[in-house]
Amino acid sequence: MTTEQRARSLGVHVVLIAYSLLAVGPILLVVMNSFKMRNAIFGSPLAPPDAATFSLIGYEKVFRSSHILTYYSNSLIVTLVSMALVLLFGAMAAWALTEYRFRGSTALALFLSIGIMVPIRLGSVAILNMMRSAGLNDTLTALILVYVAQGLPMSIFILSEFIQQIPKDLRDAARCDGVPETRIFFEVVAPLLRPAIATVAVFTIVPIWNDLWFPLILTSSDSTHTVTLGVQQFLGQYITDWNSVLAALSMAILPVVIIYVILSRQLIAGLTSGAVK
Amino acid sequence: MPESVSNITAQMPRAKLAGLLLFFLGPAVAIYTLFSIYPLVATMALSTYTSDPSGARSFVGLANFKTLLGDALWSKPFWNALGNNLIFFAVHMCVQNPVGIALAGLLSLPGLRLRGFYRTVMFLPTMLSVVIVGFSWNLILSPLWGVAAGALKAVGLGSLFAPWLGLESSALVTLSLISVWQFVGIPMMLIYAALLNIPDELIDAARVDGLGQFRIFFHIKLPLVLPTISLVSVLTFVANFNAFDLIYSVKGALAGPNFATDILGTFFYRTFFGNQLQLGNPTMGSAVATVMFFIILLGLCLYLFFVQRRIRRYAF
Amino acid sequence: MRRTFKAAMGAEVAALALLAGLASAQAGSLKIESWRNDDADIWNSKIIPAFNKHYPDIKIEFAPSAPKEYNAALNARLDGGTAGDLITCRPFDASLALYQKHQLDPVDGLQGMDNFSDVAKAAWQTDDGKTTFCVPIASVIAGFIYNKEAFAKVGLSEPKTLEEFHAALDKLKKDGTYVPLVMGTADQWEAATMGFQNIGPDYWKGETGRANLISGKEKLTDPQYIAAFKEIASWAPYLGSGFQAQTYADSQNLFSLGKGAIYAAGSWDISTFRGQAKFAMGAFPPPQPAGTTDCYISDHTDIAMGVNAASKNKDDAKKFLEWLTTPEFATIYANALPGFFPLAKTPVKVDDDVAATMVGWRQTCKSTIRNSYQILSRGTPNLENELWNVSAQVVNGKLTPEAAGKQLQDGLDKWYKPAK
Repeated sequence: MTTEQRARSLGVHVVLIAYSLLAVGPILLVVMNSFKMRNAIFGSPLAPPDAATFSLIGYEKVFRSSHILTYYSNSLIVTLVSMALVLLFGAMAAWALTEYRFRGSTALALFLSIGIMVPIRLGSVAILNMMRSAGLNDTLTALILVYVAQGLPMSIFILSEFIQQIPKDLRDAARCDGVPETRIFFEVVAPLLRPAIATVAVFTIVPIWNDLWFPLILTSSDSTHTVTLGVQQFLGQYITDWNSVLAALSMAILPVVIIYVILSRQLIAGLTSGAVK
Repeated sequence: MPESVSNITAQMPRAKLAGLLLFFLGPAVAIYTLFSIYPLVATMALSTYTSDPSGARSFVGLANFKTLLGDALWSKPFWNALGNNLIFFAVHMCVQNPVGIALAGLLSLPGLRLRGFYRTVMFLPTMLSVVIVGFSWNLILSPLWGVAAGALKAVGLGSLFAPWLGLESSALVTLSLISVWQFVGIPMMLIYAALLNIPDELIDAARVDGLGQFRIFFHIKLPLVLPTISLVSVLTFVANFNAFDLIYSVKGALAGPNFATDILGTFFYRTFFGNQLQLGNPTMGSAVATVMFFIILLGLCLYLFFVQRRIRRYAF
Repeated sequence: MRRTFKAAMGAEVAALALLAGLASAQAGSLKIESWRNDDADIWNSKIIPAFNKHYPDIKIEFAPSAPKEYNAALNARLDGGTAGDLITCRPFDASLALYQKHQLDPVDGLQGMDNFSDVAKAAWQTDDGKTTFCVPIASVIAGFIYNKEAFAKVGLSEPKTLEEFHAALDKLKKDGTYVPLVMGTADQWEAATMGFQNIGPDYWKGETGRANLISGKEKLTDPQYIAAFKEIASWAPYLGSGFQAQTYADSQNLFSLGKGAIYAAGSWDISTFRGQAKFAMGAFPPPQPAGTTDCYISDHTDIAMGVNAASKNKDDAKKFLEWLTTPEFATIYANALPGFFPLAKTPVKVDDDVAATMVGWRQTCKSTIRNSYQILSRGTPNLENELWNVSAQVVNGKLTPEAAGKQLQDGLDKWYKPAK
C-alpha cells in the first residue's frame, strides 16, 4: 500500500467510525445510564456506571411492576406466527403471480400493491367492528390477522422479485417429468427462497414487533399486551422515574439488538442476492 | 412479467389453472382483502357520512371534503399539515438518501476492513421501535438532562445548543433528522446491495482505463444503481406521508409548538380520535384519511410517469 | 399431485387451528378503564383489596392507558365493543358524548348518590341536570408548591400578592442557586392548566366569570382575560433554560431533584413528589393581583366513574360504583393519593400536609372549575385545544396576550352562540 492509499483508507475509517458512533451512541447512552443511580443519571449522564453509581433498581421495578415476561412471550407469538403466515401465503401468492399467466393478473398485482401505499391504520374502526363480531376482541389472533394482511403486499412484492430470478429451466424440467405444480413450489422453489426470509423480515416483521397502534386498540388486558405497548404504558406510568424508564427502554431494545446481530449476516446475504432492485 | 411465464404453464387447462390459482392466491387474497382492503373501503365510505350526537349517521355526499378544503377552520390546519409533511419529506430526501448513498459507497469499497461491523452498527437504529427512538432522543435533547448541551460544550460548540424540539423554527427539522437517523439504514442497505451486484468486469475495465475510486463511483456505479435510488425515494415518500408515531410520541397529538410539527398523520389522528376535550370525529377523520390516500396515489403516479421512465432510459 | 396438495392444505389448516387456539377465553371479571396509569399501584395494592373485603367474589382488573391515548383508545374500544366494564369519566363534554351515544348508563338510581352535592355531580350530568351518568370521585386544585429549603436559603416567605410573587422570583433569580419558577411549554397543557387556569380565576372572579363567558356577557378579549395572559407572559425570564422543550416530566424532575424553587402545580403532583423529593415542601394559593380582595382557586371536578352500557356484568359493576360513594372509599382514596380530593359531602381527613394545605384553601377562597371545560369546548375549533396552544405561545413570547385573547374569542365565535 502506498502512503496515499493508506491515508485514504484511514480517512474512510474515520468517517465510518464517526457515523457508527452517531448511530449507536444514543442507544448506548440509554442502556448505560439504566445501570446507574438516579443522581448519577442526572449528574453525569455521559459517564459509565462505576462501583459507586451502579444500580439495578430500575430493572427491579420493571420486573416487579409490569408483566414484562408476558409481554415478551406475546410479542414473540404474534411476531413469529405472523412471520410464518406472511412468508407462506406471500410466497404462494408471489409464485402464482409470477408463474401463471391469467386474465387480471396485472390488476391483481396492482390491487395487492395498495397495501404497500396505504396504512391499515386508516381502517382501524372497521377492523375493530369485525374483530368484535368475530369474537376476537382482546386476543393475539386479532393482532396476527391484521399483521398478516399488513405484511403480505410487501412480502409478495419482494418474493416475486426472488422467484423471477430462479432459473426457468429448473421448474420446467420438473414439469416435463410430470411433477405436480404444488410439489414444484413446495419442494423446488420454496427452499430456494430462504435467502429472502431476512429481507422480508426487515420490511414486514420488524414493523410488527415495533407496532404500538394495533395492540393499543385491539388488546385491553395485561395478558395480551405486547412489549412495545407494555413499555409505552410503563413509561407513561413511571415517566419521572428515570431509573425505571431507562431500564424499560433497555429491555425493549436489547432482545431486538441481539436477534439482529445474530441474523445480520443472513440479512445481508438476502439483500445482496438481489431481492429488491 | 410475461417473459418469465413458461410455455408449459401457459398451455395449462383452464380448470387446472383455476384450481392452482385458488390454492396459491386464495389465502393471501382472502386475508388481505378482508383485513386491509375492506377496512379502507369502509373508511372511504364513512367519509361521505356525518353523525349527530347520538351517533346516528346520515349520508352527506362530498360535503365533508368541501368542509375540509373549503372551510378555513379545517383547510388551514390541513394545508399546514401538508406543508409540514412536504418539509418532512424534503429533509429525508436531502439528508437521508445522500447520507445513505455515501455510506453505501464507502462500505462497498474493495478491501475494506471491519465491513460487517460497520454494516451491523449502522443499521441498528432501523430495528428499534419509533416509540423508543422518540423517547430516547427526547431525553438526549432535553434541556434538563443536558446530554446534547454537554456534548456540544465538550467540542467547544456549547453556544450552539438550543431547545430545538421546543422552538417553532426548529422542531420539525429536528424531528425529521431524528427520523432520518433511524431510517438511513434502509437506503444504505438497499444501495449497498445494488452496488455489490454490479459486475466486477465493469469496474475492472474502468480501473484499467485509469479511473480513480471517486470517479468510478460517480461515473459508473451511481448511474447503475439509479433504479434502486428511485425505489428508495418512493418508499421514503410513502413512509413519510404515512408517518405518525415519532411526532406523536415526542410532541403529542397537538403537535406543538403552534402546530409547527403537525403532519397529515397527526392531523388525521386528532380529527379521528380527538384530543383531551375535543371529541373524535370519525366521519371527518375518514375524509382526512381518504384525502391522504389520494395524495399518496398522486405522488406515486407522478413518480411512475416522470421519474421511472427516465431512469429506465438511463439504466438500460 | 393429490398427496402434496393435501399435505399443503394440511399445513394451512394447522396454521388456522393454531390461530384458533390462541384465541384465549375471557375471564368473567370487572375491568376498569382509566387514564390514571400513575395510580395503578395504589389501585392494585389498596383500593381493590379494600373493595374485595366486602365482595371477595368480584375480581377486578385495573387496566389504565396513558393519559394522552386514553380518549382515543377508549372511544375505539367502546365503538368496537372491547372496552372494560367500568369507565373512568373525564369531566363534562367528553363523558356527556359517551352518554348521548348510549355507551354509558345513568347512575341516578344507585344507592349513595345523595352523598354528592349538585356541584360535585354537575360535571357528569346532562345539560338539564336531570340525569347523572358517572359517580364523582375527586377534584384537583391548582396552586404553587415550593421548596422550603430554597425559600429559607434565599430568605423568602409565601407571597400573597402578585407583587410579592414577582419580588420573590427576582430574588431567586438574583441568587441563582435555583430555577425560580418551574414550568415547561413543550407539552402545552402545563401553560394552560398550571398557568392560565391557575392564576386566572382571581382576574375573572371564578364562577361569576365562567358563567358570564357561557352566557356571552364576557368575552375572552375582555381586560380580565388579557391580564391573566400578561401575567403568564411575564414568567418567561424566571423559567428554566430551554423551557420551550421542557416536558411535563422534565418539570417534575427539575423540581423533585431540588433544582427548582417554585413549581406551578396541580395537587395531583403531590404523590409523585412525595416519592422523589428529599426536601420539605409547602404550598401557596395563586397570589392575588393588585386591587382584588376575594381569592379564587381552580378546584376542578376531574375524575368520576361510570358503567359501560355494553358491560355483561352490570350488577357487579353497580356494586362497585355504590362502594365508590361510601366514606370508606373516600378516606382510602384521599390518603393513598394525596392531592385528589374526594367529592362526597362527608368530610375526609387528609393526612399529607401539602395536600391538607391545598384543600384548606377551600375555607378561605372560592372554588371554580376550569372555564374551558363546560359547554365551551363542544365545537370546532375546540377551546381547550386552542387554549393549550395559545397559552404555550404566550409564555414562549410568540403571541401577545391581546392576540391570544382574540384568537380564542374568534374561534369560539365561529360556532358558539350564547343562549339569550
